[in-house]
Amino acid sequence: MSVELGHFAIILAFVLALAMALLGLGSRNRLLAGSALVLPFLVVGQFVFSALAFGLLMLAFAEDNFSVRYVAQHSNSLLPTAYKLSATWGGHEGSFLLWVLIMAGWMLAVSLRSAHLPQQFRHNVIGVMALMNVGFLAFLIFTSNPFARNVPFVPTDGADLNPLLQDFGLIIHPPMLYTGYVGFSVAFAFAIAALISGRLDTAWARWSRPWTNTAWAFLTVGIALGSWWAYYELGWGGWWFWDPVENASFMPWLAGTALVHSLAATEKRGVFKSWTLLLAIVAFSLSLLGAFIVRSGVLTSVHAFAVDPERGVFILTFLLLVVGGSFTLYGVRAWQLKSRSVFTWFSRDSFILQNNIIFVVALAVVLLGTLLPLGYEGVTGDKLSVGKPYFNLFFVPLMLLLSALLVMAPLLNWKRTDAQRLRERLRWPLLIAGVVGVAASITLLDGFNVPRIAAVIAVVLAAGITASHVFDLGRKLRQGHRPSLGYAGMFVAHLGFAMSVTGVALTVELSSEKDLAMSPGTEVEQYGRTIRFVSVEEAQGPNYVAQVGHFVVHEDGRDIALQPEKRRYAAGGNLMTEAAIDAGFFRDIYISLGEPIEAGGWAVRVHIKPFVRWIWFGAVIMALGGGLAILDRRYQRVRIRSSVPAGMAGAA
Amino acid sequence: MSRLILCVILFANAAFLHAASTVEVHEFNDPAMEARYYGLIDELRCPKCQNTNLAGSDAPIARDLRATVYRLLVEEQQTDTQIRDYLVARYGDFVLYDPPFNAGTAALWLLPLLALLIGFWRIWGFTSKQSAVELTAEERSRLAAIASQDRR
Amino acid sequence: MNRMSFFVPLAIFIVIISVGFVGFRLGDRDVLPSPLIGKPFPGFSAPRLEREDVLVDQSVLTGRPLLVNVWATWCPTCKAEHAFLETLKQREGLEIVGIVYKDDPAAAQRWLDLYGDPYSFNLQDRDGRLGVELGVYGAPESFLLDAAGNIVYKRVGDVNERVWAEELAPRLQQMQSTHREAAGS
Repeated sequence: MSVELGHFAIILAFVLALAMALLGLGSRNRLLAGSALVLPFLVVGQFVFSALAFGLLMLAFAEDNFSVRYVAQHSNSLLPTAYKLSATWGGHEGSFLLWVLIMAGWMLAVSLRSAHLPQQFRHNVIGVMALMNVGFLAFLIFTSNPFARNVPFVPTDGADLNPLLQDFGLIIHPPMLYTGYVGFSVAFAFAIAALISGRLDTAWARWSRPWTNTAWAFLTVGIALGSWWAYYELGWGGWWFWDPVENASFMPWLAGTALVHSLAATEKRGVFKSWTLLLAIVAFSLSLLGAFIVRSGVLTSVHAFAVDPERGVFILTFLLLVVGGSFTLYGVRAWQLKSRSVFTWFSRDSFILQNNIIFVVALAVVLLGTLLPLGYEGVTGDKLSVGKPYFNLFFVPLMLLLSALLVMAPLLNWKRTDAQRLRERLRWPLLIAGVVGVAASITLLDGFNVPRIAAVIAVVLAAGITASHVFDLGRKLRQGHRPSLGYAGMFVAHLGFAMSVTGVALTVELSSEKDLAMSPGTEVEQYGRTIRFVSVEEAQGPNYVAQVGHFVVHEDGRDIALQPEKRRYAAGGNLMTEAAIDAGFFRDIYISLGEPIEAGGWAVRVHIKPFVRWIWFGAVIMALGGGLAILDRRYQRVRIRSSVPAGMAGAA
Repeated sequence: MSRLILCVILFANAAFLHAASTVEVHEFNDPAMEARYYGLIDELRCPKCQNTNLAGSDAPIARDLRATVYRLLVEEQQTDTQIRDYLVARYGDFVLYDPPFNAGTAALWLLPLLALLIGFWRIWGFTSKQSAVELTAEERSRLAAIASQDRR
Repeated sequence: MNRMSFFVPLAIFIVIISVGFVGFRLGDRDVLPSPLIGKPFPGFSAPRLEREDVLVDQSVLTGRPLLVNVWATWCPTCKAEHAFLETLKQREGLEIVGIVYKDDPAAAQRWLDLYGDPYSFNLQDRDGRLGVELGVYGAPESFLLDAAGNIVYKRVGDVNERVWAEELAPRLQQMQSTHREAAGS
């Protein structure tokens, strides 16, 4: 019964979304104008029904209701309760229901916090978002109904949740990622509403900025979580693979990062108006494209779980209408936006634009690398792979260039920066970077090894970024400025970036891995540590049997116990490797247990991963920066404040 | 998320699978050789499981190809290029994560470069109206006034 | 700026979305095109399944068109295609040579005793090295060879009635007609 109620709830949410799209976008029509006042109630209703549907699906999982096909496919009576609940979004249908719920949540948030916007504009924003949710809900109801029943035969037990998903990281990864993806719909809706209404001033930029920062922060954390999960769960120590599914989440992030920066310029200086508008459309379009790539399975394989041409064609058609429509609207309207701006190379305007160019080129690289193989196959019939060597060829120089710009970024003024002053302000940061550079060169360089040199440059630039930001903050404090939270957000996010860059450079260059043949009771010397293989014992888990290897690593006078496992899951008979990791700020020790080999031995893989945590810590710090910036007083006020541009004030 | 898909692919082909993670022990006398081995299996793609390299795959074919790479490298002393060519001759360009440059793939490298050039050319357009940026004497004094006010 | 330039994003998007639609028209995403088509069957030296002590090489595959079928007892699809291979041999008179891929010869022999033997003979590839030479990445895979021993067509997956009618039969017919022409002139 509750299952049918859930099904009914998503249908009601669909009807409400349809009504909101009509009222919100048609609110200029006299007949609809009055009725548009009920929009806030419809928004609440849509959220309540989406949440109800989600809750009821979760209930079906909690109750082991295998008469629901989706539950039977993704759960099992042996599954621990926490994983039963998280299995709600462990498959296609449920994760899309989560997507819809998050969309409804964003709409609720926008509806609650947009009282200061002009009424017409507010209605249009809700209308655009509702139209998106009409598409998502239709997709859910017509192609991916999570409440479909298994009739007439109800299985006695479920097929089990993929063991890879029975994990904390994968419980929180999708909600974070989707919150980010879907969050870009807010900036998108503001941009479209601005284009529709012709309110093409910079007001929409200020209004959408906190929303964009929030979405960006969630997406940053979501991607970092995915990378971290891949690292510890897959057993081979990799943390990024340039896989189409990873790229699908990375593309909106690249566009979103560019957007976060260009919004700042548009809000504060009124420049790059049409460009910022375009980025807002692009960021959300890439979220939709990501959904298409992941959900249609077109880039992966026929054996993937989500492959369904019907779903793919639905999303593709939706993309065509939404994105095609938006770009057409853009083409028709955006030319009216004229921003006459003039600035020098060394100005904040120019650097924000350069940042945007770098991110857009990076985006083009990822997009081409992801989609070109598909087009190539369509034209030539041959298959092609695009992977790490290609992406690194572009990403390494692009990110080094970006880092170099970022060293100077906090020291620049809008429009132009006095060269003399810039030199003065760069003196100390460059000196510090130089010292780090000498130290890094001595310890790291080995002959003419290009990747190694790039890593050293990255570390030097990261030091330079940190130093220039810290000196800039120091100077502001000395001069008696109280930096705004917006500044604090920028400061923190940039330091997070420097930390991630350092982590990536050092992990890639200094990681070592070794496959060893070991027998219980023996020990080996490896990488300056003694690794003792004590024993292998069998252990019973809640829904699996594990072979647990007991290792003791002796490092710097202390013993670290590590227990990698090989698990066999009862329901599907799947074998899983659980690596054991001793996580440290400066290095991870990572051991995974392979197969038994001849004479009672085992194959054992040992990784030493220096600075690998910095990649994810840095990302989390970046996201924190995004969060800080939202709290800036500027966005808490309803009235529009006219002020001396921030850069001018800092120019003294 | 990515590996998730991959592994579902793998599990769907359970017949080809023996285990979910493979660790093999190859002996190397020369650390440079070992580095080349790991480099190669890192950048060559497993033909069976659609989204992983030889190093990260558990499919038996990946194991065979790792053994092949090891044999060509250590026993036959072939160069990296020879080993890549050997595999391409049998499995096609698909096994290379670094695609060959040809008419069909040129866009991969040329379009980003073009985008970069256009981008910087646009900035140059903004900055080349240099004279407008130069402040007049009056503006300068006004700015100084604002600045000194600000400092107080 | 030119007003039309504001339509550039739309143009780029249309290109991208067409790639998406192209993606759906592509066939089986799991089949790798083989670079060996049109090339001679790679050289090898392998023992026969029936007589381990006899090593044979690629010359045993020349002289007449034939189908080389890579199979194993651990492969469920091989089981599914087995009956059709028997049909091909009986009904069409096609010669089929088996390669026992990464399998135990005794198990393979038992399988043939149990399910019937459509093969003229079988080669053993216990360590999968011949498989690597052939670009095999799973089983079953089948190669159609012309009389000169060149690979004309490769099938990944089971050979069935559809594959016979659409891929194998027309190619065999063409081989025969060119053969006749050559003989007639």
